[in-house]
Amino acid sequence: MAELTYRDAVARGIAQEMARDPDVVFLGEDVAAAGGVFKSTVGLLEQFGPKRVRDTPISEQAILGAAMGAAMTGLKPIAEIMFSDFFAVCFDYIANEFPKSRYMTNGQVKCPLVVRTGNGGGARFGAQHSQSVENWCMMIPGLKVVAPSSPIDVIGLLAASVRDPDPVIFLEHKSLYAIKGEVPDGEIVDTLGTAKILRPGKDATILALAYMVPRALEAAEKLAKEHGIDCEVIDVRSLVPLDTQTILGSVAKTHRAFSVEENPRLCGWGAEIMSIIADEAFYDLDGPLVRITTPHVPLPAADVLEDAILPSVDRIADRVRKTLNS
Amino acid sequence: MSKQPTAASLNDDIGEAKRLELYRTQVVIREAEQRAYDLFLQNLVKGTSHLSLGQEAVAAGFAGAMKKGDLSFCTYRGHAHTLARGVPVEQVLGELMQRDNGLMRGKGGSMHLTSVEHGVMGSYAIIGAHLPIACGAAWRAQYKGQDDVTTCFFGDGTTNIGAFHEALNFAAIWKLPVVFVCENNLYMEYTPIGDVTAVEHPAADRASSYGLERVIVDGQDADAVYRAGQKAYEKARSGGGPSLIECKTYRYSGHSRADPAKYRPEGELEKWKKRDPILIYRERLKAFGIGEDAIAKIDAEVKQVVDDATEKCKAAPPPPMEILTTDVYADGGFAWRN
Repeated sequence: MAELTYRDAVARGIAQEMARDPDVVFLGEDVAAAGGVFKSTVGLLEQFGPKRVRDTPISEQAILGAAMGAAMTGLKPIAEIMFSDFFAVCFDYIANEFPKSRYMTNGQVKCPLVVRTGNGGGARFGAQHSQSVENWCMMIPGLKVVAPSSPIDVIGLLAASVRDPDPVIFLEHKSLYAIKGEVPDGEIVDTLGTAKILRPGKDATILALAYMVPRALEAAEKLAKEHGIDCEVIDVRSLVPLDTQTILGSVAKTHRAFSVEENPRLCGWGAEIMSIIADEAFYDLDGPLVRITTPHVPLPAADVLEDAILPSVDRIADRVRKTLNS
Repeated sequence: MSKQPTAASLNDDIGEAKRLELYRTQVVIREAEQRAYDLFLQNLVKGTSHLSLGQEAVAAGFAGAMKKGDLSFCTYRGHAHTLARGVPVEQVLGELMQRDNGLMRGKGGSMHLTSVEHGVMGSYAIIGAHLPIACGAAWRAQYKGQDDVTTCFFGDGTTNIGAFHEALNFAAIWKLPVVFVCENNLYMEYTPIGDVTAVEHPAADRASSYGLERVIVDGQDADAVYRAGQKAYEKARSGGGPSLIECKTYRYSGHSRADPAKYRPEGELEKWKKRDPILIYRERLKAFGIGEDAIAKIDAEVKQVVDDATEKCKAAPPPPMEILTTDVYADGGFAWRN
């Protein structure tokens, strides 16, 4: 057991899979010699050499296209897109190529690859380096979409993603890279499509993802301490596949559901989950389904503005309390 | 009467067997594409289709120079490249007619012909997308020490999209065993390529940007194409890295089935038809001592194959509903939740 940062967990997860399988290769901008702009891939070049850990030009289409061609023909590539906002310049691969190749070819073409990316806000980078783009990916049939919130989940879900036979979008959160967590020694492999109940509770279910998970947990503690409201906090972890059973089971117990989403409001992942709850657990509910999201605006750069717009601990706690008391 | 020259007497580098193969491949493409057009007029080919009539020599020449195990990536104008690798006409026409006997059982359609067992790794309908993908396939060969070469076919219009330039640079710096083949048929969709391109030769004039040789080939002459392919494949297999080859050719039909190609100047089509790749190749075969009867025999055999395929496709059922949701994910289904 050791305490590890989220960023070091990324390198450990990649190293675990590269050591296990010689077909796992890793490419991206500044990932090898520089160890990644977020320093999340330090040491991999030294451990696995330049044949398996490769720096690329600033060519996101080439990175994802090459990853796909390699995946189709027998490798298991991990590709890094430095900031998830850059998905917009290589979205053809994410939207048209990876996810449709198997279906269109009647199962002839496989695409087992992982795209890792730095997602999300909180770093004061402004509107084009801060977005939460999980909903861009979630809507596309054929993709899997994963977003871990802790070091141990980074390793376990990354291992599961590399071993998965489908294309997986692996969203690391930039504002979580510095957090620390206990991680056991030895191999760690988790399961895609499993949510985790991080805090059991009886009064309301709070669903959160990535950077919103620690905020939801803190809000739950505050609600318990200051208002006697006992919230169950679920880390959704995997948007596709989605663990609806854990979510519906929790709502059946608490009769209330809230989502905490960093993405701008329209078409966020919480909307999909809330519609499932409305369809399938309507008679379990004692009140409205409530989404706590970033509003429908681009993210500002200034710290005071960014802090005001992302769902905060106070905003989460206030909204839950007011909804339950209304 | 003077004796006709033979392949051996001319010290031919290609040889009679390969020449007959190149001819047959071109005729297969011509007949199948013409049939696709006829079936479209009968409303039996649905959706869109992009024909390679007039461009047969490019697909045939490169396919003839490939080895078994080499990989091809093509565009939505990919019927020719798919047929050239030996994919049965019936499966190609079946896919165009959206029948259950189609190459992908109707799930892909005309623009996405794929036959992994023949090395046809897909036909891509987003311009430029497959150039980086071809780089990845070549990277795998390099990484695993396998000696197959990847060929990526695309049109002149592709040279103006970003992915072309990303892929060329990427292939060059990683020295990948990939051959990029630009079929310059003079038009990007409905617009003359010269009207929208800063250089005269859209691919070849860009080669130096990536440290590559400037190669322009007569795309109406299957021998010239075959030789260019051989040279590029030898270079790639010996670790010499990528090549970019521009083949000058011409499409006889419009861009797609919706396009009557009225933008062409008068007489242009007729001028190119005088350099028809199949006419050129028939004369070539005769010059090498192959008789009219041998040529006519190939023509008749191919026509029979296409006729038989057409009848089988007409009789084939549409795809069954149970494949609607298969193969979205690797588990065979489309489940996204528990």
